[in-house]
Amino acid sequence: MNKFQIKNLNLYYEAFQALKNVNMNIPANEITAFIGPSGCGKSTLLKTLNRMNDLIEGCRIEGTVLMDGIDIYGSLDVNLLRKHVGMVFQKPNPFPMSIYDNIAYGPRTHGIRSKAMLDEIVERSLIDAAIMEEVKDRLKKNALDLSGGQQQRLCIARALAIEPEVLLMDEPTSALDPVSTSKIEDLVLDLKSKYTIIIVTHNMQQATRISDKTAFFLLGEVIEMNDTEKLFSNPDDKKTENYITGRFG
Amino acid sequence: MRNKFETQLDLLNNSLISMGALCENSIANAVKALQNNDLILARDVMESVKEINQKEKDIESQCLRLILQQQPVASDLRLISSILKMITDMDRIGVQAGDIAEIVTYTDLSASKDSTHIADMSEATIKMVSESIDAFVKRDLDLAHRVIKYDDVVDDLFTKVKNGIVSLIVDDKKHGEQAVDTLMIAKYLERIGDHATNIAEWVVFSITGTHVKV
Repeated sequence: MNKFQIKNLNLYYEAFQALKNVNMNIPANEITAFIGPSGCGKSTLLKTLNRMNDLIEGCRIEGTVLMDGIDIYGSLDVNLLRKHVGMVFQKPNPFPMSIYDNIAYGPRTHGIRSKAMLDEIVERSLIDAAIMEEVKDRLKKNALDLSGGQQQRLCIARALAIEPEVLLMDEPTSALDPVSTSKIEDLVLDLKSKYTIIIVTHNMQQATRISDKTAFFLLGEVIEMNDTEKLFSNPDDKKTENYITGRFG
Repeated sequence: MRNKFETQLDLLNNSLISMGALCENSIANAVKALQNNDLILARDVMESVKEINQKEKDIESQCLRLILQQQPVASDLRLISSILKMITDMDRIGVQAGDIAEIVTYTDLSASKDSTHIADMSEATIKMVSESIDAFVKRDLDLAHRVIKYDDVVDDLFTKVKNGIVSLIVDDKKHGEQAVDTLMIAKYLERIGDHATNIAEWVVFSITGTHVKV
């Protein structure tokens, strides 16, 4: 089943066309990786899925993006969309507050006030993000005191706290050491059964390790979307081959 | 971009070509030693088994280093993994040429009645080995397929040698041991043909991404 169906999508920043006629189905409960050289449109497409591009002045979008068959650029409330579609960024960005409050922030803005309910959400989110063991004795400590890898898992926990269906990850491990990277990758694989995950990565080995499908972007176009194993062992398009083997990019 | 990688891949290709040449020489010399009962040449062939084995180890290290350093994907991955498989077959070819040479050291089969078929078999297997390596070097899919098909020729020749030997044993029981040695040589050559087929199959895989097994 497809979580997203993207049809004839064109995106412009003023006169610059950042996405060119993108057509893509993103399957539910799978990990889809977006790869391609810098400026190819992969992060732009990612941000299209939770309408983050709406915040950019001069951004214009044509085409349709359906989530579970509903047009997310139609009458759907943007806040509701973002409740369903969580996002984790390249650089861990915890709020300058306690670990507990970081996680409780989202549910509170969605109106949850009960201490018992918030406690439960915080506990579940930290467990799901595989960081509970490391922080359980210091939930009241400032989140900025955590290591980079821990901060990133905290941000994942924060994204999970609002119980999204989709998790967008924009190069979530590019600022992390190999051990933290490996923890995030294990976590992403564990989360797959509950969430649809879309990850932008420059690390091609990472794409091969964790993703089911991979889409290769070049100059705003999707050149090839294929099963990850197929794309990295025997790609259909010569441009994909040239990029992943390092002949350009 | 990729300059170092390309240089490493060129070196790897050259190593494989030189290992292939060693294999071809070993088969040719083993059969020459057999036909002329040339014990010195036979011992040379037995020595070259070690050289081929060393070449296999060297190429294996080169491949592992490339996997570690370059983390190859797509055609690079198929190429390197194919080479890793091909060198095992090439090493076996060297060993079997050595086995033929070893028989020469204790039996004189130069006057054997089956020498014509054995000569045909050796010619056919050398052609297979040589063309399978050629197909690899030139990325020639058609040639690789022709090598795979040519294995039937070697198999037919083996059946001819075997039938000839059966008649020989029935007619002339005194030369039973020689007959068995000749049969073993024919079998070694037949196996060399099989290894050349395997090499050609890996060439097909490295080009197309699909491993044909016939």
